[in-house]
Amino acid sequence: MPIHDQGYRRYGGTRSAIGTAWRVMTRAGVMSIISKRQFIGLMLFAWAPFVVRVVQIYLAANFSQASFLQPKGETFREYLDQQGLILFVMTVYIGAGLIANDRRANALQLYLSKPMTRAEYIAGKMAILFLFLASVTFAPAMLLLLVQTVFAGSFTFVRNNLYLLPAITLFSLAQILLASTTMLALSSLSKSSRFVGVMYAGLYFFTTALFQAIRGITHQSTFAWLSPSATLEVVGDIIFRLHPRYELPPAIAAIVIIVLIGGSLFILDRRVRGVEIVT
Amino acid sequence: MGFAERSNPDTRILKQPLMTQFATPASPAPGAAPQSHRVDGPVVQCDNLSVRYGKNLALRDVSATFQPGAVGLLGPNGAGKSTLLKALLGFVIPDQGKMTVLGLDVATSPLEIRARLGYMPESDSHIPGMNAVSFVGYCGQLSGLPPADAMQRAHEVLYYVGLGEARYRNLETYSTGMKQRIKLAQAIVHDPDLLFLDEPTNGMDPKGRDEMLALIYDLAHNKGVNLILSSHLLPDVEFTCDHVVVMDKGTVATFGPIEALKGTHGRVYELRVKGDESRFIGVLQGAGFDVKNTDDDVMRVFIPGSDADGSQVLFDLAARERVQVRHLRPSVPTLEDVFARAVGEQ
Repeated sequence: MPIHDQGYRRYGGTRSAIGTAWRVMTRAGVMSIISKRQFIGLMLFAWAPFVVRVVQIYLAANFSQASFLQPKGETFREYLDQQGLILFVMTVYIGAGLIANDRRANALQLYLSKPMTRAEYIAGKMAILFLFLASVTFAPAMLLLLVQTVFAGSFTFVRNNLYLLPAITLFSLAQILLASTTMLALSSLSKSSRFVGVMYAGLYFFTTALFQAIRGITHQSTFAWLSPSATLEVVGDIIFRLHPRYELPPAIAAIVIIVLIGGSLFILDRRVRGVEIVT
Repeated sequence: MGFAERSNPDTRILKQPLMTQFATPASPAPGAAPQSHRVDGPVVQCDNLSVRYGKNLALRDVSATFQPGAVGLLGPNGAGKSTLLKALLGFVIPDQGKMTVLGLDVATSPLEIRARLGYMPESDSHIPGMNAVSFVGYCGQLSGLPPADAMQRAHEVLYYVGLGEARYRNLETYSTGMKQRIKLAQAIVHDPDLLFLDEPTNGMDPKGRDEMLALIYDLAHNKGVNLILSSHLLPDVEFTCDHVVVMDKGTVATFGPIEALKGTHGRVYELRVKGDESRFIGVLQGAGFDVKNTDDDVMRVFIPGSDADGSQVLFDLAARERVQVRHLRPSVPTLEDVFARAVGEQ
């Protein structure tokens, strides 16, 4: 066989099962993000509050003078609240370009010409964001619980606050799902990741400002549903068995979150297509 | 490489590195004939296919059969070629009709079909932030290849398409011609049974275009890859394909083997006359001949079903109409004649 005939050859090796392409996408996306130096800095910043909490737990467990630092169930709620800002920054940094960059480079038709459904494409992109957001919310919160157990030398705290395990899981899930679906939906609306970042920030700050303005005028916080972040805070308070900070019925808060997630998925379904049809 | 050299494989491929010459367990042994991608029966079958974009009917009741080998999907811009490919890929849901690709129903088995397909889109497409080898390897993985095999094949196909030396460059720095080649590389990295090539020579300079056509010809005729080449450029289709499906205004004007379409139904003559040319054209058309004016005053006259000497018929008509025949010679029918005839018949 001439050498030139070997330039293109049949492939007789193994092929992975259909329906696994999203994992390839997620792996590639994760590797691409962690290879960035900026991201390392962001992660250090994101884990700094965790270190502070570890010190707090250590002091409370080992020094009687610092017993006022003893963690309570609320401590974990406060920690996840603090991570809200980091969650916002991470969502913008990682999520803004996830679909927008593919749209800019017409990559959607390439992805969807492979054995991959639109749902898999969205799942693959969402998994990237999900993993990183979980690494700054769910993972450190759970680790704090473990650290508390280790420093205290007993399971008493965990046993007395058993609700914390599902509460951390559920609230982190709500935070991550809301952030990742809304960000991906916005990312699918534009070809510019910068514009998407600005849109997301605008949505976040504008709705919060609007709610606070109305609250200032009316002296009531029933309009918390106008702000996704305030609504999420209400949901978080309920999950952590605390008194809701705003006068928003928990059922309404839950419905608002579900509608936002559902609406984002609807936008994704409309926008993630192999061909853009303009009629 | 010019069209006349079609029997010679692309000599640039000789430059590939020694490493790609070694057979892998997944590859045929050196000296073995390349395995065929040929499939039994038509590779694509469309029955009464209609696709609507809003109020516009992009495909209307299209029924066509695409035979194994290289099939050209020919038609002017807006004929529905790209829409047909996108419907076959499952990007567009048809309003009616049935499509099968490689014997599988597009409506029920789109993923199984796409696992065996390679698609080279018309528009510039890449995955941002990657160099060529990681992009092609990534596409291989998305198509189901294990990472190591995908990377090895990425190197091989990049050499095959002539991007071996530029494979570590970021895709955003590629020229238009290189982007066309990289799109071909990502389409063949997973060794598809069927390739969809949508206007593969768009934006390429003449040399690059010839090289791209040589690659397509080589894939179809020496490597045994079935392909459907969508183009509005008749020479591209005529050079690379054995069969053609001619589309116009969302319908199939004609389809079949190119040689059969060119030669069986009549003869073509080049004719130049002096006299009332427009009246004479009317007479020819009235006699049932297809007449097409070219740029240099020479008309091409197609005489259908003519077993007899068509030149005598033309001389007789010219004498009767009192026009002088200044130039008359039998011509070789081209795909352009097939196209003009098919679209004209529409």
